[in-house]
Amino acid sequence: MERQFRPVTERAHTATSGNGAWAVRERATGSATMLGMKARVLVVDDDPALAEMLTIVLRGEGFDTAVVADGARALPALRELKPDLVLLDLMLPGMNGIDVCKAIRSESGVPIVMLTAKSDTVDVVLGLESGADDYVVKPFKPKELVARIRARLRRTEAEPSEVLQIGDLTIDVPGHEVLREGRPIQLTPLEFDLLVALARKPRQVFTREVLLEQVWGYRHAADTRLVNVHVQRLRSKVERDPEHPEVVLTVRGVGYKAGPP
Amino acid sequence: MKFVRPVVAKAQFLVEEARKRWTAFGDVWRRSLQLRVVVSTLALSSAVVFVLGMVLQMQITNQLLSTKDEAAVRQAMASRALIQSDLVGLNPGPDSVQTRFQSAINKLAVGGAGTDATTAGAGAFEPVLADGQGASSAGRVPAVGPLDDVPRGLRDMVENGGEATQIHTVQRGGRPTTLFVVGLPMSTTARSMQLYLIFPLTAEQRTAEVVQSTLAVGGVVLLVLLALIANLVTRQVVRPVRQAAEVAERFADGTLHERMHVVGEDDVARLAESFNEMAESIQAQFKQLEEFGQLQRRFTSDVSHELRTPLTTVRMAADVLHASREQFPAGLARSTELLVDELDRFESLLGDLLEISRLDAGVEELTAEQVDIRVLARRAHDSVRAISSSAGSPVVLDLPDSELVAELDSRRVERILRNLLANAIDHGEGQPVELTMRGSSDAVAITVRDHGVGLRQGEAELVFSRFWRADPSRNRRTGGTGLGLSISLEDARLHGGWLEAWGEPGHGAVFRLTLPRRHGEEVRESPLALAPVLESVAVVEEPVVVEEPEEVELTEAEITWQPAEPVDGTPVSEVSEEVR
Repeated sequence: MERQFRPVTERAHTATSGNGAWAVRERATGSATMLGMKARVLVVDDDPALAEMLTIVLRGEGFDTAVVADGARALPALRELKPDLVLLDLMLPGMNGIDVCKAIRSESGVPIVMLTAKSDTVDVVLGLESGADDYVVKPFKPKELVARIRARLRRTEAEPSEVLQIGDLTIDVPGHEVLREGRPIQLTPLEFDLLVALARKPRQVFTREVLLEQVWGYRHAADTRLVNVHVQRLRSKVERDPEHPEVVLTVRGVGYKAGPP
Repeated sequence: MKFVRPVVAKAQFLVEEARKRWTAFGDVWRRSLQLRVVVSTLALSSAVVFVLGMVLQMQITNQLLSTKDEAAVRQAMASRALIQSDLVGLNPGPDSVQTRFQSAINKLAVGGAGTDATTAGAGAFEPVLADGQGASSAGRVPAVGPLDDVPRGLRDMVENGGEATQIHTVQRGGRPTTLFVVGLPMSTTARSMQLYLIFPLTAEQRTAEVVQSTLAVGGVVLLVLLALIANLVTRQVVRPVRQAAEVAERFADGTLHERMHVVGEDDVARLAESFNEMAESIQAQFKQLEEFGQLQRRFTSDVSHELRTPLTTVRMAADVLHASREQFPAGLARSTELLVDELDRFESLLGDLLEISRLDAGVEELTAEQVDIRVLARRAHDSVRAISSSAGSPVVLDLPDSELVAELDSRRVERILRNLLANAIDHGEGQPVELTMRGSSDAVAITVRDHGVGLRQGEAELVFSRFWRADPSRNRRTGGTGLGLSISLEDARLHGGWLEAWGEPGHGAVFRLTLPRRHGEEVRESPLALAPVLESVAVVEEPVVVEEPEEVELTEAEITWQPAEPVDGTPVSEVSEEVR
């Protein structure tokens, strides 16, 4: 399959951040570039027609794309091309989409949006648990897909030298770093955003809907399982005992809130 | 009076207690086959043993008496022969009579003459000699021996020259003693005398008593043994039956691998065998059903994937075309619009079909969580805002002031409410649609009311049928798939709740959703009434309904000539885009 973008040395996360927020709200049809840098999307899909169509649409929206048709080749492509986002079809030959997702997650925090033909609870939750940040159910509208991609590329805008405290964790927001007793904890960008959103308003209880809007960029009600699954993933990384959380607390019947510093 | 009350109370208590015991016994009686068999065996065999005992005793007594009778009569004959010669020339003087009598009796007592083998069974006796004719001359009958023990009737008969025997009971030493008395007349030339031999039946009586008590003890022992045997035998039959019942119960509870133990080749074994065969076939059927379910599930997901991937490509291509439709000539631009709109419909139809096939396969699961239902109602309201404003049917929410938390699957309940609202707006004829929500301690109810044409007789059940349309002629605003209410009904059932419809021509329709507040419970009562209180004013609208059937035919005739633009001029594209 075609691989189009040239090797670029630096990550484009920060580059797209300011722009992305606008893009979601304004349904921007223009290019996804800022300072002349195009966001790069790696499409992992076995259906050639769909892959080509995705390429056409994403190019039209100003993204740079590369396509891999085989799940087994997704990981080498990821290492080589260092995309800003992976668009992953769950049903793949060679390697199951879920496995690909896990493999990518094991070595990279790159945002993963999965394309799924199933809205079955099990499949979606399985996909999210294996590390996907968000999902789009086929058949989707191009605008919907683009909105999801832009939301994932948009990063939390950091104030200079903003440092937050949640539980016994220290969050260095501009540095994208979470520390417990001086040791860093590895989080994916999404998990980091989720933690920051909670930590910024320590006393506020966030409903799942509010978190969906703030972290995932959904303007309308969406699947609250996204929140549930990612809170579980986040807890497994930041809690000393995920069974008795101290950092991300559940408020029964309402949602979640940050633990006291 | 003072004491009466406690006594009455006590009596009542006893009666009550007795009734309770009786009922308890009745329960055990009805339930225990074993008890019934043992008790009836016991009852029947006691009757048999009793009758048998009576007959046996009678036989033995009769035998004893007849033996005694024979021996006694023979003894009497022998005695008479023995003393006859001594008394032949008896003088009439009473004194001498007495003496002679005495000597004769003594002879009988001492000599025992005439006692031989034939009279051996007679046993001890007391002889009595009486002079029957002396009674009238002297005050008392000249007699030797205990004449008083001889009954009057017998004496009369013997005095008249007859031979007789009688069994007679007298008091001797304060104890009743049964006597066997033989009376023989003895005639000499001068006078007639009577010889009585009194045989006490003490020995026979004792024998009879021994027999009686033996029979009684034997009978009781027999009965106890019978009860034990009956118990044992019934247990042999009942135990496997009980085991079978237990196995069948466990089987019915869902442990399908449960089997009965087959021992031997008797009836119980046959029962066990056929039960096991039945269980086997039921298990096989279940397995098959499960396989069908799995197959259905796989098929559903396969269809889902196989259809959706090309559809996604088509959809994207159509959208790309649609985005640049201004550059196309008019016909091409309109075609692009139609393509996109129909893809929308196709998608929602596909989605609904897959959803309903999943519901049919029973593979759907609830993800129940604590939710404030008012939030769901507001969200559903938000999502139908667009069609509500384009149809001119405002949605009026009547929600409780405080939060109403229930344990339910928010995605499904929101979908139900969205479907109900969209449906009400679709049929609301531009009139307001009212959503009312109320909760009780264990259920929440939501009614969605429209003031449209309403439902005709019998349509309230039909509205949940798949692809059923109340009125094919009417313009559809939401472009619903015809599956929305069916899916909603299944969703409500999945929650253990109800979804019902009410409607009357000209009065609009009401849909009521009732859900239990806790997951896994069943709804017993709805906090809201289904049918509204009707105002008589609304009847005026009725003529509208009457005209409708004619309209249907008209449109059907014209169906092939439908213009590309919808009749009422609403551009379909705008509306359906917002619906989704």
